[in-house]
Amino acid sequence: MHAIALDSKYGVPTVAIHTNVFEKAVQSVTRMHGMPQARYTFVPQPVMGKTAEQLKAYVNGKSPISGRPVMQEVVEGLTRPAEGDNLQDVKFERSTPRFVDSDSEENLHRLFLDNNWTDKLPIVLPTQKKVDEMLAHTSRKPDEIAGHMRSNQFRQHWEFTVEKVAVNAVMAGAKPEYFPVILALAASGVSARGSTTSSMAAMVVVNGPIRNEIGMNSGTGAMAPYNHANATIGRAYGLLSQNLQGGSIPGDSYMGSQGNGYAYGSVTFAENEERSPWTPFQVQHGFKASDSTVSIFTGCRSTAFTLGVREKYWREHVRNMLRGMDAHSAPTFLLDPIAARQYIDRGGFDTKEKLIQWVYENALMPAGEYWDYQLIQNYIYPRATFGEEPYASKLKAAPNEMVKMFKPDEIHVVVVGGETNGYWRIMGCNYQKTVSIDEWR
Amino acid sequence: MSEPTNGAQTTSVLNPVGFPPKVNPKPMANRLDSLDGKTIYLVDPRFDDSGLFLRQVQDWFAEHMPSVKTKLVEMSSVYTKDDPKTWETIKANGDGAIIGVGH
Repeated sequence: MHAIALDSKYGVPTVAIHTNVFEKAVQSVTRMHGMPQARYTFVPQPVMGKTAEQLKAYVNGKSPISGRPVMQEVVEGLTRPAEGDNLQDVKFERSTPRFVDSDSEENLHRLFLDNNWTDKLPIVLPTQKKVDEMLAHTSRKPDEIAGHMRSNQFRQHWEFTVEKVAVNAVMAGAKPEYFPVILALAASGVSARGSTTSSMAAMVVVNGPIRNEIGMNSGTGAMAPYNHANATIGRAYGLLSQNLQGGSIPGDSYMGSQGNGYAYGSVTFAENEERSPWTPFQVQHGFKASDSTVSIFTGCRSTAFTLGVREKYWREHVRNMLRGMDAHSAPTFLLDPIAARQYIDRGGFDTKEKLIQWVYENALMPAGEYWDYQLIQNYIYPRATFGEEPYASKLKAAPNEMVKMFKPDEIHVVVVGGETNGYWRIMGCNYQKTVSIDEWR
Repeated sequence: MSEPTNGAQTTSVLNPVGFPPKVNPKPMANRLDSLDGKTIYLVDPRFDDSGLFLRQVQDWFAEHMPSVKTKLVEMSSVYTKDDPKTWETIKANGDGAIIGVGH
């Protein structure tokens, strides 16, 4: 996308070099940005970790896509005159029909599957009757614009109506009374189907009265497939994300190298406010306890877990867990109420904020190790070199000096579980926002 | 459900796909007549060792097209952010650009 801007907006002839696995993604992005004739070439994947000799071979070699010399395509991309005529193949005005063509149920299921409109599990066909039943559980009009969504920063936003969200909610098997939660998730604009190569998934935490109104589970098995509301709200969030943002297709609009099982249900649960010794999550973020909200986290990949908070070595155990986390994804503590109370007993953390401060001060790593992580190199090091704090100060540390891995506002605590035991875990993830559900009732 | 003329029962369902943005075509910059004597910026998005790769591109120009002057620059921050300051610098001082790898 930077190459498109430099070429079209600044008038600088530009060629982009990509790795071959991004072929379809590059074609898709350049078309959607109105520059399908953009000049680019490809080298083999990966570049990361290769020696100078191996990279030289890439440069001197041929594009794995076209079979032509890489540098010939680069030089031609800078010098070969622009050909405006290929724009005629591009459809610049598009619309999405409200209905698909009527067919047998068997054929419709196959159509939805073949069009990548599902998560590859059976769906409920979104008939007008079922969509209307869903729409009856919001005061919003079906044709109201509910929001915009995209799969990453390099793609343009797609738009959707309340009715489009209802269609996806029906497909997921959600009950109509769940619809305000699903609408709030959609309207957040945060996608549960990010296209990142890192295979992220989302996590969804519901707070407030609606948890009990619709029968969500915050206790035993809350994060597992044992509750209809938890399961189908999370599934609806995934389906609506992929369908309302313009797709989530491997190699095209989804580049997650390994994929992520968390993405099936977007780790959707309610906070166990009744058994938590602390302030509910939404109250920490500016809402009242009587407000129903949904909080969204993304980047869920790394997880650490253990049993209990031991009297003698709990500090060391937690530090070990934190050191084992991906240094770029901050920790969110998911604590069974038993573990939450143990944290109070062991560390005197009578508020979530006190526990967060302890985690901030104890998630440490030698600076040399920290800066050498590839994700830190990609996403933090550039910000540090241009003076952004606290990264710039951290960059001054000697290689053996211990530096803090995370910022305090990146660290979170949620209480969930049924007290069958004091198990707890740390989810490496990035908090995005907390939004009102009540506004979508 | 309805009953079409061929006797098979059909179902009418709604389309789950959102509305795509209107795509506006963008013009390309005029290409160069030749690279001879030109200044080409090599832009490192600072992603997955891209800078190491671009050094090899720089070496290629030095070996095969020595009249081309190359300047290797890093983007000002992470690749996910726009970088108008760097783009203005390239526009003012360069004739062309190569961005890689990715983005």
